[in-house]
Amino acid sequence: MTAQALVPREKKIAQKRIALTGNHAVALAVKMCRPEVIAAYPITPQTPVVEKLAEYVNNGELDAEYIPVESEHSAMSASIGASAMGARTFTETSSQGLMHMYENLPIAVGLRLPIVMGVAARTISAPINVWGDYSDVMTMRELGWIIYIVQNAQEAFDTIIQAYRVAEDQRVHLPAVVAYDGFWTSHVLQPLDVPEDEEDVMRFAPITRSWVKLDVDNPLQLGAVGTPEWYWEVRWQAAEALRESLKVVEEVDREFGKWFGRSYGLFHTYRLEDAELAIVTYGSIYGLVKKVVDRLREEGVKAGALRLRVIRPWPGHQLRKALDRVDKVFVIDRAINHGGPLIGPMATEVAATLQRPVYNALATIGMRAIDSDMIYEAALKVAKGLWAPNQTYTIGLRGGYE
Amino acid sequence: MVKTAVKAAEEYEGQYEYATFELPNEELFLPGHGLCAGCTIGVIARHMLKVFGPDTVVVNATGCAEVSTVVYPRTNWAVPWIHVAFGNGGSVASGIEAAIKALKRRGVIDPSRKINVVVFAGDGGTADIGFQALSGMLERGHRVIYVMYDNEGYMNTGIQRSGTTPFGASATTSPAGKVVPGNTRHKKPMAAIAAAHGIPYVATANPAYVHDMVYKFKKAIEVDGPSFIHVLQSCTPGWRFEPKYAIRVLELATETGYWVNYEIENGEFRVTLPVPRRKHVKCFLQLQGRFRHLKPDEIEYIQKVIDRDVEEINRIMGREVIGPVDPSLPCLTERK
Ligand SMILES: Cc1ncc(C[n+]2csc(CCOP(=O)(O)OP(=O)(O)O)c2C)c(N)n1
Repeated sequence: MTAQALVPREKKIAQKRIALTGNHAVALAVKMCRPEVIAAYPITPQTPVVEKLAEYVNNGELDAEYIPVESEHSAMSASIGASAMGARTFTETSSQGLMHMYENLPIAVGLRLPIVMGVAARTISAPINVWGDYSDVMTMRELGWIIYIVQNAQEAFDTIIQAYRVAEDQRVHLPAVVAYDGFWTSHVLQPLDVPEDEEDVMRFAPITRSWVKLDVDNPLQLGAVGTPEWYWEVRWQAAEALRESLKVVEEVDREFGKWFGRSYGLFHTYRLEDAELAIVTYGSIYGLVKKVVDRLREEGVKAGALRLRVIRPWPGHQLRKALDRVDKVFVIDRAINHGGPLIGPMATEVAATLQRPVYNALATIGMRAIDSDMIYEAALKVAKGLWAPNQTYTIGLRGGYE
Repeated sequence: MVKTAVKAAEEYEGQYEYATFELPNEELFLPGHGLCAGCTIGVIARHMLKVFGPDTVVVNATGCAEVSTVVYPRTNWAVPWIHVAFGNGGSVASGIEAAIKALKRRGVIDPSRKINVVVFAGDGGTADIGFQALSGMLERGHRVIYVMYDNEGYMNTGIQRSGTTPFGASATTSPAGKVVPGNTRHKKPMAAIAAAHGIPYVATANPAYVHDMVYKFKKAIEVDGPSFIHVLQSCTPGWRFEPKYAIRVLELATETGYWVNYEIENGEFRVTLPVPRRKHVKCFLQLQGRFRHLKPDEIEYIQKVIDRDVEEINRIMGREVIGPVDPSLPCLTERK
């Protein structure tokens, strides 16, 4: 299940190559998806997204209602209201903004509203730190949102488009979040291919309006009191819809590949076929990890890598198939699972999936810089048996566990 | 200054004139709710929907109104209705109103159709936790009618004080104790705060005076922009009165000058229910258990505060619209 296998050779739609930051790539993708309501509140490092969208709206390039709300709690609330009324909606946030939205995040799920949200991932206070890691995104895992974590500007652009199509699919009707590295992706200028004709995006992801909405001609109630006799069944439907959405996520990605010439799979693997050591991670540091794999291979260590892309729903079955044969699975987490069974959230989930201990290290916390040498040294320790599974290691922390 | 300052309405002619319009027989707030006996939320909701009509979307904040009227699979609302959370009525409605605009432009909703968006929220969901969302909504100018029903406490969670609980009231988080005689703060003036946003229409209303209340609902849907209606609402368990007094206690609120019915239309202030002679505030207080502990000097203090508020209202109006206390008026008049 590598991405390469999914990429068709011919590109169907005409595209042009441009350079954009991750944030501006997201804003452009959103614009091409023609949302009808955007609720926006600034927070570093996502601010350029909502600024760019405001520009599009005010220049007449995007016909949408832009609500400059007074907080993220209201950004999510307004998105819920607009989506409930039947509009395609977008909002974006990071860090404390996501925390401030929190109460409303599971409500969007329970009401089955296909809101698409971007997150330029950033760590959480305290101490206050505006830089990138995945502490914000990881808190969403239990809420019922579809969660994508992408690697670069191109994938961010492509995944926003995919997310609208998945979220609004009548088999799904769930909100979706597309997360990418704060700064390392959000602020770095990268080349990417975008469709020449914006209408192609709307042809690929037309607004379905198939979800349950407020309609004066067919009055219904959204968000009623769910007593113990009813709550569980309603919530269960949302939980099942998320589980079932995995095949829609895959299908839409494959279809996207046919149209746009790029697809990504549920996760990406690199030289994993015969690997004895697999480095598992997510986000932009995957590029460094692949470099480390090549170096280890040159030195005789049979290494491979896997980048998690869709973490909700969790592609457990597929991950087991990809990783079960690998001796040592080394997960580099970019968020702290405070006091958990493993110090990293994804390591915990990978270990539960494989039903065996995994190796786990934390890196990039609060955007502490790392380079491929540091990852190489950590992976080598795992390969040589100097690090044990089921324990806490750190990459780049002064006085940490190494 | 862009925001309008409040001044007396110039065309005021001493007597408020209700425009005559017929309320439809059709009920959009359906019978069979779970509100307490003597709760006036139902009176407000029912008349509100009669005025607003079927082309109305209701956003309900968490609170008594919500938990008592929409327990799945039943509902009392014959219009589209949404509940999201406690503190976000204003922002959910902002999103709905924006969506209606955008969808009209894209031809999804008939552009000639007038759809009212209403927030129906308690005092807690408005004056406290939902204050920011309300303020944002008013400031951005969404065409939303915000109806705050004010039972002067967090009644859904069991009678805790809110920002609109009056001075002296005993609530579970401001109990009348040996040292502190109940709530020590004064009611947050929500209508004045809303008016300070410079919105086109603000009013206070009281379900005991239905004509006045429905007229204000009517005005609210006719303005282009946000409107805010602060409605006093009697609460049997919270205020502790016998259910048969639900309307009487509200009448006493107005008759004593504790509650003044007014409106502010584009900055013009008008008392809509003049009270030529006032009853003493003790008439309002003594009907309710939540004030039972108050000592005579505390009651006199409350009376003084009301006198001062009345003076201020008369000053704005430039004439006496709320008269002096007349001790000869009986608290309760016999009714057949
Ligand atoms: C964030 C949050 N905090 C607390 C609550 C608990 N809660 C539910 S309703 C309510 C009080 C509602 O008071 P008010 O708005 O005055 O309406 P009423 O119940 O009096 O109708 C509270 C505290 C909640 N639902 N959400």
